[in-house]
Amino acid sequence: MDAIILQILNGLDKGGAYALIALGLTLTFGTLGVVNFAHGALFMLGAFCAVSFNKLISLEQVVLDATQKTAWGTALEIRTPYIEVWFGDIGTVLLDYSVPLSILFAIPVMLIFGVVMERGLIKHFYNRPHADQILVTFGLAIVLQEIIKHYFGANPIPQFAPDIVAGSANIGLWLGLGDSVVYPWWRLVYFAFSAIVIFGVFAFLQFTTFGMVVRAGMRDREMVSLLGINIERRFTIIFGLAAVVAGMAGAMYTPILPPDYHMGMDFLVLSFVVVVVGGMGSLGGAVAAGFLLGVLQSFASMNEIKSIIPGIDQIIIYLVAVVILLTLPRGLMGRKGVMED
Amino acid sequence: MAILEVADVNKRFGGLHALHHLNLQVEEGTTHAIIGPNGAGKSTLLNCFVGRLIPETGSVTFNDASLLGLKPHQINQLGVSRVFQTPEIFEDLSVLENVMIPAFAKADGAFRINAWQRMESRAEICDEAKHILEEMGLVEQREVLSSTLSRGDKRRLELAMCLIQHPKLLLLDEPTAGMSRADTNNTIELLKGISEHGITKIIIEHDMHVVFSLADRISVLAQGTVIAEGTPDEIKGDPKVIEAYLGGELG
Amino acid sequence: MFGNSSRADWIMLIAFSAFVLAAPILLKPFGAAYPDLLQKFAIYGIFAIGFNILFGLTGYLSFGHAAFLGVGSYASVWMFKLFTMNVIPAVLFSIVVAGLFAYIIGFVSLRRSGIYFSILTLAFAQMSYNLAYSVLTPITNGETGLQVRQLVPADRAADYVFILRDEDLRWVDQAFGVVEEGIPITNLFGMKMSGYPGFYFCAVLLILGFFIAMRIARSNFGMVLKAIKSNQNRLSYTGVNTRPYLLAAFVISGMYAGLAGALLAVTDPLAGAERMQWTASGEVVLMTILGGAGTLLGPVLGAGIIKYFENIFSSINDTVLENVFSFLPTTLQEISIAVTSMFVGEGWHLTLGLMFMIIVIFLPGGLMQGLNHLIGLFKRKISTKSVSADSSG
Repeated sequence: MDAIILQILNGLDKGGAYALIALGLTLTFGTLGVVNFAHGALFMLGAFCAVSFNKLISLEQVVLDATQKTAWGTALEIRTPYIEVWFGDIGTVLLDYSVPLSILFAIPVMLIFGVVMERGLIKHFYNRPHADQILVTFGLAIVLQEIIKHYFGANPIPQFAPDIVAGSANIGLWLGLGDSVVYPWWRLVYFAFSAIVIFGVFAFLQFTTFGMVVRAGMRDREMVSLLGINIERRFTIIFGLAAVVAGMAGAMYTPILPPDYHMGMDFLVLSFVVVVVGGMGSLGGAVAAGFLLGVLQSFASMNEIKSIIPGIDQIIIYLVAVVILLTLPRGLMGRKGVMED
Repeated sequence: MAILEVADVNKRFGGLHALHHLNLQVEEGTTHAIIGPNGAGKSTLLNCFVGRLIPETGSVTFNDASLLGLKPHQINQLGVSRVFQTPEIFEDLSVLENVMIPAFAKADGAFRINAWQRMESRAEICDEAKHILEEMGLVEQREVLSSTLSRGDKRRLELAMCLIQHPKLLLLDEPTAGMSRADTNNTIELLKGISEHGITKIIIEHDMHVVFSLADRISVLAQGTVIAEGTPDEIKGDPKVIEAYLGGELG
Repeated sequence: MFGNSSRADWIMLIAFSAFVLAAPILLKPFGAAYPDLLQKFAIYGIFAIGFNILFGLTGYLSFGHAAFLGVGSYASVWMFKLFTMNVIPAVLFSIVVAGLFAYIIGFVSLRRSGIYFSILTLAFAQMSYNLAYSVLTPITNGETGLQVRQLVPADRAADYVFILRDEDLRWVDQAFGVVEEGIPITNLFGMKMSGYPGFYFCAVLLILGFFIAMRIARSNFGMVLKAIKSNQNRLSYTGVNTRPYLLAAFVISGMYAGLAGALLAVTDPLAGAERMQWTASGEVVLMTILGGAGTLLGPVLGAGIIKYFENIFSSINDTVLENVFSFLPTTLQEISIAVTSMFVGEGWHLTLGLMFMIIVIFLPGGLMQGLNHLIGLFKRKISTKSVSADSSG
């Protein structure tokens, strides 16, 4: 029982990341009709927003203290981040909270990036075959990850959660299951964060006029444009929104998985599988499938399961995708008429 | 004898009852027109004939064989060809190739996978293809890419693709939609010519001029069911038909 | 069999063969005339030709073809390890294994089309890749990669079992009493498959592969494949069950990939899982569209160009750049080096990605289409000239 709960918990944070990426992916797919293979790269860019933000605020002031000598007899360098020099203790706190704060940095960056990407590139591919869309965004994904590799190197760059959530939550005790069920706080935070973002996106689409038009556009694009609504501008914003969601997901994920330049590709393949399993063009499906696959994956990596079916942890997601695609062509919640041949 | 028999067919789309206890019999060798206002279920019915849709209940039998559950290619192999509302042709291939593919599919019982044989090497098929293009007035354009044809020529090409298979039943979905009056008359003449080959035809059409020039029998569909059936003369005077067409608009 | 190819095709085949066989001389001015690179041209040419049979003719975009390449490599190395260093059995075995593997994956994936097909193939390739790294380590040797090793001493050969070891068996070679010193090199009945002989072995297979692809494209089987790309709907209403054709095309292209994988192992007897990664699948897609999907020469051209640029760009380092920009003032020199160094050496993939985008955006038909456009323009110019000359005269 404890083990099962632990595995469910373990799957939630990963599932949250899958769900957030898949949400943006299916949103752009459902509205713009564009298959975006660069969406994983947006997740990766978000993660590197957190890295850059951290680098930015930990820029250091170097003071040479002639009174103290190092072992080599030179003056001791005293390094203090500018932010502490300027703000004192508040600066220290800001540094500690660099990952959650980086969201504030990631949002505008990703929004601008998303809008520019849509206006500059994606827009011209609305009426091109899906194969062309896949290819051009695949090219863009390579370009983005190579640029990141050039500036940040090939090695993962660890980021740290704020001290207050550095340890593990003793969830077992809360639920009265004994203290064997512990769970890193930050993962819990990530799960909550993804739930909030998902809820926010749904509320936005459900309760605003903008969202209503977008949902109508997902159903029948031609109809909406016949109503004289400038759907294209809204689609630009939608693409920006998808980029922001992916970026935030990436930024917050950095304490869980140290970001490197090719994390986007790894997540992209999985997220596509998530979208397909959930059903193309279905937002609810994407979210449900994201969490479902996250949890399934963590179950598959249990030693008890691995000893029965070796290697299952490596392929479970793909296996599920294959089975779903063959048995439920529209995925779990896909609507009729979306991306059928 | 009825070549196509539709008995008590029902098809729903969500809450919409597209076909409602529909019965229809098409006699061999006749031209049977299906008319009716928009949304009466004409295209749905046609899609049930070719395997694109499967009705929930009822039966569709062709030459005493059930068509339900068969794939489109299997239905075609039984001898049913279809002309679409917007011409469905192989736009990336030449006109001649467009006609030869169906000829081959027929002659070889759907192609054998033979990586070495070329179509041109089968003289009898080549000749037949040229012959049918001649009939359709497309023989001069046989080497051009079919995407460059005019809309009317594309329709004729699609018709040629169906005829070269010598179908027993030819389904025509609005064969003159969007044509000029002269082109429409040409098509009528063309289709009359086919009747002499003894091919049974089902025509869905809005243009009453076409319907009354071609049809031996007419079925009138409204709200997914046949409300009247008879010879063109019987249909012309049927008050139910007038109501079905005009009632909705006046009311 | 030969009677029904048109003359233009024969001319193309002969010109192609002549070019390939003379490549060591013809490519000298480009600095590409050394065997290692020429072998790569030929091998990836074969890979791209095969991929084009599926993607170019039917329009089905597989994102998992690298899996067949990898399987082909593993199969070959195992033949080298267990039986003989002669390349013929290895090549044949690889083609068969890759074909079977493609049959299984194709049988499942082809139940769907469009983007679903792409994702299914991608999923299978990723599964193969992940498994090759994990549970299949006894067969693939995981991250280290599968390699040809020294012979197991005769006294211990008796208790050899079929698991991965540091020593190889090579039953056939042993039976024929082949003497090995150290780690052997692949051979074709005694002829060493390194350097130019290796290239010519690949070149002959490339020509053969090109010929078969040409025959397929011109046959009525190829015609059905093109019809699938053009209008699959109409084809099924014409009485053709498309799936067997698609599966045949898929298996054939998988066999080409297996052959390419085998040749990679022939020229360098080592197989690693990274060959199966989806970026490798992306690379063959790029080669095909760069040259021109659906054309015969395009994929080979694309493969050659990409491998050529990969070779050139990735070998450029900062020292080379310093020499190139040495005529500039220091600051400008530094800036130029900083900018260009992004695109060369380690950054070659950036150039690749940019090339990818540029081709898809501006030349979706690939280089062959661009070339044909140019030729068309040129011809029209000539004809308008002659017309105006006629009217004036």
